[in-house]
Amino acid sequence: MSSTKEVAARLREAFNSGKTRTAEFRLKQLKAMLNLMKENEGALLEALKKDLRKPNFESIISEVLFTKNEIVCAINNLTEWMKPEYVEKTLVTKLDTCFIKKEPFGVALIIGPWNYPIQLVLTPFIGAVAAGNCAILKPSEVSPNSSQLLSELLPKYLDKDCFAVVCGGVKETTELLEEKFDYIFFTGGTHVGKIIMTAAAKHLTPVSLELGGKNPCYVDKSCDINNTAHRIAWARFLNMGQTCIAPDYVLCTKAVREELVPALINCLEEFYGKNPQESEDLGRIINEKHFNRLKALLSSGKVAVGGQTDEKDKYIAPTVLVDVKETDPVMQEEIFGPILPIVDVENIDEAIAFMNRHEKPLALYVYSADNKVVKDVLERTSSGGFCSNDCIMQMTLFFLAFWRSWR
Amino acid sequence: MDQMKNTVGKARAAFNSRKACSLEFRKQQLQALRRLLTENEDRIADALHKDLNKNKLDTQVFEIMGLEGEIALLLEKLTEWAAPRPVERNLLTLMDEVYIQPEPLGVVLIIGAWNYPFLISLQPLLGAIAAGNAVVLKPSEVSENSAALIKELIPKYLDKDLYQVVCGGVAETTELLKEKFDHIMYTGNSTVGKIVMEAAAKHLTPVTLELGGKSPCYIDKNVDIDTVCRRIAWGKFTNCGQTCIAPDYILCDKSIHEKVIERLKETIKEFYGEDPKKSPDYCRIISTHHFKRILSLLEGSKVAYGGQYDEASCYIAPTILTDVSPTSKVMKEEIFGPLLPILTVNNVDEAIQFINQRDKPLALYAFCHDKKVLKKIVAETSSGGVTANDTMIHFTISTLPFGGVGNSGMGAYHGKFSFDTFSHHRACLIKSLKMETVNKVRYPPGSPEKVKWIKRLITKQVNFGKLGLVFIGLLGALLAVLMKNGRMQLRRNMFLLICAVQNLSRK
Repeated sequence: MSSTKEVAARLREAFNSGKTRTAEFRLKQLKAMLNLMKENEGALLEALKKDLRKPNFESIISEVLFTKNEIVCAINNLTEWMKPEYVEKTLVTKLDTCFIKKEPFGVALIIGPWNYPIQLVLTPFIGAVAAGNCAILKPSEVSPNSSQLLSELLPKYLDKDCFAVVCGGVKETTELLEEKFDYIFFTGGTHVGKIIMTAAAKHLTPVSLELGGKNPCYVDKSCDINNTAHRIAWARFLNMGQTCIAPDYVLCTKAVREELVPALINCLEEFYGKNPQESEDLGRIINEKHFNRLKALLSSGKVAVGGQTDEKDKYIAPTVLVDVKETDPVMQEEIFGPILPIVDVENIDEAIAFMNRHEKPLALYVYSADNKVVKDVLERTSSGGFCSNDCIMQMTLFFLAFWRSWR
Repeated sequence: MDQMKNTVGKARAAFNSRKACSLEFRKQQLQALRRLLTENEDRIADALHKDLNKNKLDTQVFEIMGLEGEIALLLEKLTEWAAPRPVERNLLTLMDEVYIQPEPLGVVLIIGAWNYPFLISLQPLLGAIAAGNAVVLKPSEVSENSAALIKELIPKYLDKDLYQVVCGGVAETTELLKEKFDHIMYTGNSTVGKIVMEAAAKHLTPVTLELGGKSPCYIDKNVDIDTVCRRIAWGKFTNCGQTCIAPDYILCDKSIHEKVIERLKETIKEFYGEDPKKSPDYCRIISTHHFKRILSLLEGSKVAYGGQYDEASCYIAPTILTDVSPTSKVMKEEIFGPLLPILTVNNVDEAIQFINQRDKPLALYAFCHDKKVLKKIVAETSSGGVTANDTMIHFTISTLPFGGVGNSGMGAYHGKFSFDTFSHHRACLIKSLKMETVNKVRYPPGSPEKVKWIKRLITKQVNFGKLGLVFIGLLGALLAVLMKNGRMQLRRNMFLLICAVQNLSRK
């Protein structure tokens, strides 16, 4: 097996040969990726089941379909994206040609997370390929079945000199980070994000850090409580809550809470039946460490619904907590699990002040039929993305730059 | 130091007060900066003369005019650039508002450089102000007169809380970098660039690094050598070579080597006379440290012209070097001074290979009549920017992003790129709570039927016909009209029709 140094050197040589420059080469690789997804759907679903007990219903949509769409978007637009962009000239340069030329950086390193172990590592990879880079993919060791599958499949479909998969944990990632890359794309937690950026600084490597945070969800009195409950519950408990843009906690008045909680309880039964542990549509917590971390958070506030756990099964019931205080443990870290705390506020100003006291989140949600309320929250807060009257859907839009707050 | 904490704290409190949110406020600040420049032209010229022996004309051309142009552009375009930017929607969000909203980042730290002390400190400041941020500005202590003047003038013209100036050297900058900022912009060298980025990493602060490198200048054989040498000499010896995008070294075809040297000599005389030390148009090296550094680069090469120096006045003559080895000292670091090494190559491929063996530079220059050769050079090399058949001019076009790549930097600014660099681009989706019927397909319990529907709604197809898209768009618009008229059944049927059309037009 090649060392990371050898892999990086091989890719750099391939990049320097110029073979990734042409649209033909890039399209060939993208079409091969599409075939990889089409021809191995069963194996991908199986790997996701083993890692996260991800229901096929979720895997097909949030992992396979989303990734395929990204590839198709790149294929359809590549020629356009590669074209030079002609710009307005000054008087002195009126007779000259002025344009911005898009160029590959060189060799990119893409480090993926475990929660959507296919989609979240392949989506940036597709971008890197389309832009003409060579790339090393480092999928997460925490989702070993998905990572193993990617390391088997990618070399079968893609140019082996230009693209490689390196599997491993902290040790292998640290080794990789000693090499010089021309771009590093990381998805994961803020703590590791800082380590990545510090390592990148040694080589002046630009980075994209897709991190996380506590995504607040403000529910106004003027909303359709039933629809609201459905949308929030769907987004919160998808992938057993292990989604970076899931609503992390709800802010609402006591009066709204009194309607929202029963609506959520009804929803949960609609979605997962009377005993969610038996539902085929609920995943599981990724591992023991996260299970224990989440179990400890259940002692915050009061359980309105759920709260059951099963260690052997890595199962935590979809749980709604009420009477949660800002200082409770569940409000000190990104939950990343099937727990939805509801924090009472007096009014929208208190809600906005609450959100602004905390780090800028990846996503921010508002439920209200009143446009003024939506605009008010939008203008007085900051977050990576924003969605009103739904959750997560802003991620399905390919043309919305999925810019994030840095924390 | 508590002082740094207080300074940044003040800027942050001012930012949180939201007074910089209003576009009117930002425009007033930009107009005030314009007055700062026009009302203090003489004092600025005087400071630059003391720091770099820059003359009044050069101050106007290289420091002031660029800033005035940038202010005019920002005032004209601010409303447009700050507005929401609508984007293409998918079928699921056809009825919704989808856009990118530029927002201020918060408190920005701008660390300036000493070679164009006003331009390099104030141009990023303009962008940060326009984007609605608070700013802490740290001008370079090496150009001490300019730094002192900036510190004095900024609070007289701009909001004292939102925009702070901190002066000082390494110690002060190190303390400043311990504080949390929302963006850091640094112009300087790559060694300090790494230190800045490492400090930024502790707070996950995004950075823009405008660094440097050895900007190569290739001269092909069939060129008008007179014009070429004039343009290169201008780019090289302006500001005594202390320009990040100055042509660092020449790679010329062997056959024109002698002619190039001759013409460069004549051009230097044309520009600065027989004794450039007496010329009012020739600057000085910024400090004794750099003076000594540049002189040490002469080692191992032959001086074909120039080479005179005077330590007392930090003067180094415009100097041409030949017999330069690729491994010599002068080829190992960015010169940033008035030494112009000339190396020869046999052809353009050799030049490209030479360039690619080295770090990606901030700028790349190529002089050639043949557009095919120019295209080849651009296609087979990489650099922050390129000017073909001239030097430095790409810097003046504000519609081009100015920035480096690899060792020469990351990020870009000028014009709209400044505004965008200092903004957060927030992805916004404004939906309503209606159309819940559509959402039901995504809720558990899952079923093969639901999966089929979702695939119909969001699957993209390769090379989807453009006409089909137009047709679907029209159907979508019709559906919206029908919704307004409240025809429930017809609405549902139209929606199903849209999905069916999409299904049928698949490849």
